[in-house]
Amino acid sequence: MRLIFSALAGALFGAGLFVSGMTDTRKVQGWLDIFGNWDPTLAFVMGGAILPMALAWWVTTRRSASLIGVPFPPRAEPVLDRRLIGGSVLFGLGWGLAGLCPGPAIASLSYGGTGGLVFLAAMLAGMAVSPVMARLLDSSRAAA
Amino acid sequence: MIEQDWIWGLVGGLMIGAGGAVYLLGNGRIMGASGILGGLIDGSGRSTAAERLVFLAALLVTPALLIPLYSVDISTHVTDNWAVLVAAGLAVGIGTRIANGCTSGHGVCGISRLSLRGIAATVAFLVAGGVSLVVFRHILGVI
Repeated sequence: MRLIFSALAGALFGAGLFVSGMTDTRKVQGWLDIFGNWDPTLAFVMGGAILPMALAWWVTTRRSASLIGVPFPPRAEPVLDRRLIGGSVLFGLGWGLAGLCPGPAIASLSYGGTGGLVFLAAMLAGMAVSPVMARLLDSSRAAA
Repeated sequence: MIEQDWIWGLVGGLMIGAGGAVYLLGNGRIMGASGILGGLIDGSGRSTAAERLVFLAALLVTPALLIPLYSVDISTHVTDNWAVLVAAGLAVGIGTRIANGCTSGHGVCGISRLSLRGIAATVAFLVAGGVSLVVFRHILGVI
């Protein structure tokens, strides 16, 4: 069942990114570019996605565990740290630069051409070195 | 075309949220693309590798299967400037893993739970994304 749920979730995610147009870097950059030809589509995608997820989070408060018996993820401590904000700022800069984030980068791989492959390769390399970068960020705080 | 875009955006968004709901209620996990992929890259998700791989395979294959059903333009319009792609890819890969989430994990799953960290991360990457367009498009003109 675990793998069936995984496949179903991945398929819905991929289909949703595809039909919403979120694998088109112009639409993503169009949303971020408030001084250009602004494209509001991304707001509808986010809003549409948040609705079923909010319902799902509500359901988790009524049940003791997921359907396969794994406990629901605990709520993180509401602490805003340097990793969260610094990492998100770095991500946002890259997201705006290419118009791709991790989900659409994978979803568009079959039709995104060489550019999509180059982005994915660089993103995987970034993920591989990220533990080192995170430690650097932490030690710079310790030194400060 | 613009009139239809928001409807497709909403429909696609509902599908993305439904996927996240299946992953949460079925497997007890948060559907975050960077976490699912990154856990395989740095080895932290080795014990759940099978569900990660199946999720990623479905994410990759499903759009490919939908392409023949589509008559509209599906081009990603991705830049052919390799320096831009490499810089952006590295920033996205490092940033999402350090922040422990991206648009799906912090944006969709975090905001819908009213998570302070998810909301703060989303504000941070949206603002940085806007700044990125100002700097790289309007000031430097590289994109």
